[in-house]
Amino acid sequence: MSSKSQTDLTVIRPSNGWAALNLRDLWTYRELILFLTWRDLKVRYKQTLLGASWAVLQPFLTMVVFSIFFGGLAEVPSDGVPYPIFSYTALIPWTLFSKALQDASRSLVASSHMITKVYFPRMILPLASVMAGLVDFMIAFVVLLGMMIYFDIFPTGNIWTLPLFLLLALITAVGVSFWLSALNVLYRDIGYVLPFLTQFWMFITPIAYPSSMVPEQWQALYAVNPMTGVVEGFRWALLGTGQPSGTMAIVSSLVALLLLVSGMFYFKRMERMFADMV
Amino acid sequence: MSTTAIRVENLGKQYHIGERLSTYNTLRETLSERLKIARKKDKKDNLLPETIWALRNLNFEVEQGQVLGVIGRNGAGKSTLLKILSRVTEPTEGIAEIRGRVGSLLEVGTGFHPELTGRENIYLNGAILGMRRSEIESKFDEIVSFAEVEKFIDTPVKRYSSGMYLRLAFAVAAHLEPEILVVDEVLAVGDAEFQRKCLGKMSDVAREGRTVMFVSHNMSAILRLTEETLVIDKGRLLLRAPTSEAVDFYLSRGLTEEGQRIWLKDEIPDQSSPFRPIALRLLDQKGNILETVRSVESFYLELEYELSKNIKGLRIGFYMITSRGEFVFTTFDTDDPKQFEEYSSRKSGFYVSRCEIPADLLNAGRYVVGVNASTYRIRTYFHDEQALAFNVDASGAPGTQWPETRLGPVRPSLNWEIKNIENV
Repeated sequence: MSSKSQTDLTVIRPSNGWAALNLRDLWTYRELILFLTWRDLKVRYKQTLLGASWAVLQPFLTMVVFSIFFGGLAEVPSDGVPYPIFSYTALIPWTLFSKALQDASRSLVASSHMITKVYFPRMILPLASVMAGLVDFMIAFVVLLGMMIYFDIFPTGNIWTLPLFLLLALITAVGVSFWLSALNVLYRDIGYVLPFLTQFWMFITPIAYPSSMVPEQWQALYAVNPMTGVVEGFRWALLGTGQPSGTMAIVSSLVALLLLVSGMFYFKRMERMFADMV
Repeated sequence: MSTTAIRVENLGKQYHIGERLSTYNTLRETLSERLKIARKKDKKDNLLPETIWALRNLNFEVEQGQVLGVIGRNGAGKSTLLKILSRVTEPTEGIAEIRGRVGSLLEVGTGFHPELTGRENIYLNGAILGMRRSEIESKFDEIVSFAEVEKFIDTPVKRYSSGMYLRLAFAVAAHLEPEILVVDEVLAVGDAEFQRKCLGKMSDVAREGRTVMFVSHNMSAILRLTEETLVIDKGRLLLRAPTSEAVDFYLSRGLTEEGQRIWLKDEIPDQSSPFRPIALRLLDQKGNILETVRSVESFYLELEYELSKNIKGLRIGFYMITSRGEFVFTTFDTDDPKQFEEYSSRKSGFYVSRCEIPADLLNAGRYVVGVNASTYRIRTYFHDEQALAFNVDASGAPGTQWPETRLGPVRPSLNWEIKNIENV
């Protein structure tokens, strides 16, 4: 290995404008993503009383509240499946997304001591935050399977598409996280904007209500929010509700990719200032 | 065959001062900053430059296997140079070419988490420093025995003594085995035994034919470990010479700034907190910054600083030192018993401690001001023995009708009585 890197020439020069993404570098450091994810989880569960149960409690309790108020009192329709499972199916990808935003937006600032001392691709920090949320997602998903057994719902034949919708959620989360974490280094306003942003985003995503409530002519615009595609996809693949609209899937995917690519370039552009500003 | 390991060409790094002085911005601050700058441009009494060059026009090469020292006073740009070479920050201009993997010891224990065990931290820290999992595994035992923490390897590091913590952190970094090792002042910490061990490890690294760049204020360590040394001041390379020559040059020159000293973020050791020095200034009666002081006029020395927490019994001291290193006087801001009572405790916030140096005190020559912030016999928060240098001009002072050099660091205006006792 040393004989190989002996000839490795690193050229350090000012990058200007929109820097190259340098994804090869990210690949070289891939193990660090896992280590940081593992650290985040380990530390979190060492320091909390209920440990991993938080991953379940958060979406589960929200589901209970939603079921009482929206499903019970307001009688919001749920596409023919029991309301609790209708909302919980939406809440697990949503919790993954909102938690990723919350943790990733702080990730650079929280690791300022590392950024100012050691080189590594900075993208690793928001990425690791998103990945840690993925583990919580898995745990919450097991509970969903339990609920499906309880409500006697058998997954549809479309369940194979579920990883694709999860991927869509991750791409969206990573894209937005790149934007927010880089912005947060420059402007700590992000900390104040975020709770509002997440709340607003939750309302425009069909979590407490089905997207079929949205009038036909607004459906395409509604799908500009990639989380709409994710949530509807989850319900369709698992519960068999809603009609899979090709337009919605395509629009959601395109917007998610746009978020990811623009986020990566913005992050790269800001990256060179992190060590001096954070 | 010797090849070039590091080649630096016309390297420069510019900082925006506004950026560095405040720790973070909000949108509102950015907007109001912009307005302020726009207004400032109209006026000419703009005291602070908007940008400074922490490094400029740097050119040098390091041969493979060479151990190169870098010396210079605080803020000269040494740390900036190492940060650029280890890719923590980007240069503003110029280019640096590096052959091989760079390992940096800019600070040991980066990424250590107190809740994790020694074993877990070795893996985590190793990964942060760029080691592969397999690489860490193969060196694991070596690291543990170097750090002498075998018994506590599965204990969370928050229960480690500071010595154990430091040894473990250094051990991980020292076993990185990069082709190029960049070391910044790690030897300033730890006990004598540990320092000896670190120095030993570093000379091992050098003997193995790897390239080392070593920044230190510890001249004896520089002399012991390096053959050649760069002297850097105000971001420029002043001299590259065999180490003994470079150290002589550095020690014999008062390498300090004119009129004011602004401390940048990375010049302030972490241990200073909650005390943070901002600037030391030499001011005339109207508040303008002076580079040269007139002996016949009084002037002010002021230190601006921030306390992020309340501190009891804090005192700010100034040392006046001649260019030959003799102390002229020492003074503290709470020397006066009344002040001592009133400021027995200082709340968090921004402060200025200003001292008037009376007229007719200093003789012509060059002086260095040292700064100290401490609580008596408890803790020294911050100490900089060469914070600022200035010249004193004696024109108009008593006795200048004879253009001769007066001996001694003080030139007081004393009352002389001349009596004619008897007429012959």
